[in-house]
Amino acid sequence: MAELSCHASMMTTSKDAPPREDLAKGLWRQNPVLVHLLGLCPTLAVTNSVANSVVMGVATFFVLVGSSFLVSTVRRWIPNEIRIASYILIIATFVTVAEFGLQALVPDIYKALGPFVALIVVNCIILGRQEAFAGRNPVGRSVLDAVGMGAGFMLALLIMGSVREVLGSGTFLSVSLFGPRYEPWVIFVLPPGGFFTLAFVLLAVAWHKQRQTARARARATDEAVLVERVA
Amino acid sequence: MTDGAATGVAAQTPEPLPEPAAVRPSSLLVTLGAGGAVAGVLLVIAFGLTLPRIEANRAHALHLAVNEVLKAPARYDTLYVVGGALTKTPPPGVDPKKLEQVYLGFGPDGRAVGFAVGAAEPGFQDTIRLIFGYDPRNRKLLGMKVLESKETPGLGDKIEKDRAFVSQFDGAQPPLAGVKGKRAKPTDVAMITGATISSRTVIRTINNALGRLGPLLEAYRTEN
Amino acid sequence: MMSDLTWIFVSSMVVNNFTLMLFLGLCPFLGVSGKIDTALRMGAANTFVLLITAMAVWALNTFVLPYAPYLRLIAFIIVIASLVQIVEMVIKKLSPALFRALGIYLPLITTNCAILALAIFQTNRSYTFLQGLVFALGSGAGLALALVLMASIRESVELADVPAVAKGTALVLMIAGSLSLAFMGFAGLLSSS
Repeated sequence: MAELSCHASMMTTSKDAPPREDLAKGLWRQNPVLVHLLGLCPTLAVTNSVANSVVMGVATFFVLVGSSFLVSTVRRWIPNEIRIASYILIIATFVTVAEFGLQALVPDIYKALGPFVALIVVNCIILGRQEAFAGRNPVGRSVLDAVGMGAGFMLALLIMGSVREVLGSGTFLSVSLFGPRYEPWVIFVLPPGGFFTLAFVLLAVAWHKQRQTARARARATDEAVLVERVA
Repeated sequence: MTDGAATGVAAQTPEPLPEPAAVRPSSLLVTLGAGGAVAGVLLVIAFGLTLPRIEANRAHALHLAVNEVLKAPARYDTLYVVGGALTKTPPPGVDPKKLEQVYLGFGPDGRAVGFAVGAAEPGFQDTIRLIFGYDPRNRKLLGMKVLESKETPGLGDKIEKDRAFVSQFDGAQPPLAGVKGKRAKPTDVAMITGATISSRTVIRTINNALGRLGPLLEAYRTEN
Repeated sequence: MMSDLTWIFVSSMVVNNFTLMLFLGLCPFLGVSGKIDTALRMGAANTFVLLITAMAVWALNTFVLPYAPYLRLIAFIIVIASLVQIVEMVIKKLSPALFRALGIYLPLITTNCAILALAIFQTNRSYTFLQGLVFALGSGAGLALALVLMASIRESVELADVPAVAKGTALVLMIAGSLSLAFMGFAGLLSSS
């Protein structure tokens, strides 16, 4: 499935797009999670607190940027037949390094994230970016692209983590927000809450998109009417 | 993912990559081999750099736990369970990390205060892992700390966070019995309302561990 | 020993269901859960791959990884991927009927995070060979159960009048959330003594 969705995510910008566009597209318009629905496992699984979301986001960012840099640097020497295998080797190396790093620096959060640190390896966003971008673009653009996509992933995680921690525990980064009289909606830090939160976030995105299209269409009809009148 | 999948995918990809006319299998192997070697070297370096820190973290976590359940002993020894007895030195040729371990704490006067024993059993949601302190001479517990649980936040996780529940284990006499409401005897443990299963798991875990290891702990005390 | 195996099976199948409680294997759950028949086949293929993985991981953990712990992740990924390829070829050769039923799902499953997660859980909990197999069987059954439940609900919802903005993934996630809520009721099943 991952390969399928990775290929569905062949979102490339045209060759002469400005560097700003390489960076910015991942944040919102082509957000890997909110728009392309990639990397949903970690988005749902580790976002029961803001701290977990941030650490997961940073780890994924590190792996994505590192892999994109390395892949675009050595892309000329990788034969086409074994490129996926090589990408995975590179990604797995970075993930293992990230695993060691987290274990050494933030052992408590590493424990809370459980197997999901190692599972960054099968996060579709990363393999997808190597295949769609880093494998065929120069180093600079690939790194910009990876930074944008990684930041987009972090943004999605942060949204999920904030909603779930604020509603589910009544805290933000473990700082109490509403005082002791707030009865937390525990369900939001439990698995079903993950599904529901993501469903609502996606609903909001879809609603926003729908309004935008409607507005664009309205503008188009207005212009058409105007043109007719002028004619 | 492997060569087969990669070529299969490449065949479906609409925009073909600039492809060399023919690639010799040997060059594929060399590339993958070189990549693997570089990855291996990188990993060994990262492993070497972080290992001391990781081990220190683990030791620190263990130290905190033992300290808590043995009420801050002056020092403690690690003992290994080998063939139905406790021993200070693991048998040669066996990885000491694979043996079950208990920790014997000593007071400032050099007298043993009790053992810290780790145990785990299935709880409400998943395995509950805990450590408890036990004084075999007076046959009472010194403390209990949950190390790992996935119990329901707000209900089951009180076995970790509810001080009233946790503090009962200090001085309780095993075998423990879970009671609803107030505790009357030193063997009683008042269970948490709304988290009976989690509470009962903690009690059962301690009872089972002592049923299994209790005689060993007592035997070791009398020998030394 | 027996109750231990039962516990592993029930825990991995319902109490800690891979898809609904641990969010593993969501890709097929969201993508291939439109029809009950497809869901069943996907579940069967998944269970099959999980069983093979459990055996391979046991072998790796016993014979190779004690000497090179830092290669764990890379070894898992490479071995799982190549093994699935080999099995695919073998099935194609030996049983074309089985290949038609399961074959097309096999390569898709390789990159499914449930498979790698099984390998990691199995390692972290240091399961024996038998425990690993039972764990794989339970997880596979759990994945299949979640897939089939999801597919049957989606088949019924197909004709429902859902607002356009909620169609697609948002609706599926809502259903998944409700299923997950229902599965929370299985907690405590194993510890009621």
